Amino acid sequence: MTEALLEVRGLGKRFGGFVALEDIALDVHRGERVGLIGPNGSGKSTLVNCLSGIQRHDAGSVRFDGRAFDGLPAYQRTRLGLARSFQLPKPFRSLTVVQNLHVPLLFTAKHRGGAMLSTAEIDARCEELLAMVSLQDKANARPRDLTQIEMRKLELARAMAAAPKLLIADEAMAGLSHSEVDDILALLVKLNQSGVTVILIEHIMRAVMSFSQRLVCLVAGKKIADGAPQDVVRNPDVERAYLGE
Amino acid sequence: MRNRTFWLVTALVVIAVFAASRLVTNDYFFFAAYVVLQYVVLATAWNILGGYTGYINFGTAGFFAIGAYATVVLHQLWGPPIPLLILVGGILSGLVGLGMGVLTLRLKGVFFAIGTLALAIVVQTFVTNWDYVGGSRGVYVIRPAAAPFFGAYIHYLFFVMLVLAGLSVAIARSIEHSTLGFGLAAVRDDEQAAEAAGVPTLKLKLVATTLSGALMGMAGAPLPYYVTYLDPSSGFNLAYAVNAIAMPLVGGMTSWIGPLIGAIFLGVIQQAATVTISSSLNLLLVGAVLVFFVVAAPNGLIGLTFRRRGKAPATPGAAT
Repeated sequence: MTEALLEVRGLGKRFGGFVALEDIALDVHRGERVGLIGPNGSGKSTLVNCLSGIQRHDAGSVRFDGRAFDGLPAYQRTRLGLARSFQLPKPFRSLTVVQNLHVPLLFTAKHRGGAMLSTAEIDARCEELLAMVSLQDKANARPRDLTQIEMRKLELARAMAAAPKLLIADEAMAGLSHSEVDDILALLVKLNQSGVTVILIEHIMRAVMSFSQRLVCLVAGKKIADGAPQDVVRNPDVERAYLGE
Repeated sequence: MRNRTFWLVTALVVIAVFAASRLVTNDYFFFAAYVVLQYVVLATAWNILGGYTGYINFGTAGFFAIGAYATVVLHQLWGPPIPLLILVGGILSGLVGLGMGVLTLRLKGVFFAIGTLALAIVVQTFVTNWDYVGGSRGVYVIRPAAAPFFGAYIHYLFFVMLVLAGLSVAIARSIEHSTLGFGLAAVRDDEQAAEAAGVPTLKLKLVATTLSGALMGMAGAPLPYYVTYLDPSSGFNLAYAVNAIAMPLVGGMTSWIGPLIGAIFLGVIQQAATVTISSSLNLLLVGAVLVFFVVAAPNGLIGLTFRRRGKAPATPGAAT
């Protein structure tokens, strides 16, 4: 078997006396679509933060694309190909939609292609990204003028502007309507088909089940299940965590 | 407008203003204009960190005085020409800016602001207890009566500050239209999102504190020759810190033109009030204008003009 794109071993994170993550092991292979579920407070977002470098883990190791990621600041992880979107969209409020995409293009390009992108190349990439999320008409709008789903799309487009190998989508669909969820799902599948590995963190079971090839379940900071989605949801531990005894 | 064109236009404006000033016969004009230009530099420098990056610096007076006291020391030692003094003052306060950044940039919001205030107080205490630069008694710096080519020395000082003002405005404008400018705006809007977009936030913030501190020190370097008597309470005057914040706020914090307009507007009002009403009324006026703008025009004068034209300014809604 080839080396996994993301290798997490014995990952631990504490906040004072509270153990947020304990001994997490996780492999994600190139091209995979992995769903990450768990009740509120089970440590999903903390795991994403530790993987993306927003928070530092206290124990264990993270390897990505054959490199040790431990202690690496977030911006370098992004440049090396691990991008994320945020649960609550965090657009750059004072910039237009298209300028929001300029930021990752300007700051990650040098590390991929060697040279800075020319203005024409940046414009072309922006157009491509906006077309991908169908926000062409909003290119010069401000984030405050976007609807909730447009904000989520901007969040994904900005993560994709860094041309990642792995995209971690942290609850990209929370609070969206049925058809909007389908919209985002189709987008994520399309990204995956273009070669991007995707980890989807989501509460909407319909979405996770249709998207994921593999499902991982966290409960109280521990991984309690990892396998085919159908098996994981039938796992008695998972049922207990969601429905109680 | 391309950056190179902007620098050229700025240089032409500087030359034109200087040429026009040769027609003025009243020396008082030069003393007043020097102060206004000094505030253009301070407000522009403050805005690089405060407006572009979203970190509020209350320590302007500290950086300014570092430049001024560097001049005092060098003047005691050997009295080098003013351009060299400006360079040294800029390097010193730039280094202090870098150090302050390293120490305090992990702090956010009000904690950062308090940190910068503390820095200014530490430097002031240090200078007050340093006999070589006059300590709390202050120190006399005798300026030459005249400068070659310029005539009266104040004309030379005015020219120096005019060049500095042009330089800082051009630097600020260049940053705004650069990769650095995009990075700083991202930091201001959301640091986590900026990191996630590949922006090395700490490094960029350090560039901003260094540059901002350096420009403030450069503005302070000629001060001893302007006042001829410098003591800590005038070098570290609260007015510098208050004005450096008020001017970009009144003008608008998101663009290079905001601090420029704000500094000229508030600076001229203060100078006019000093002659016509009373010199102690200065800060009261600043306070009144500031309250008015915070309530009526939170995006400053440029925000007002853009609203009238019915479109959003280039990058509105800075640190709120």
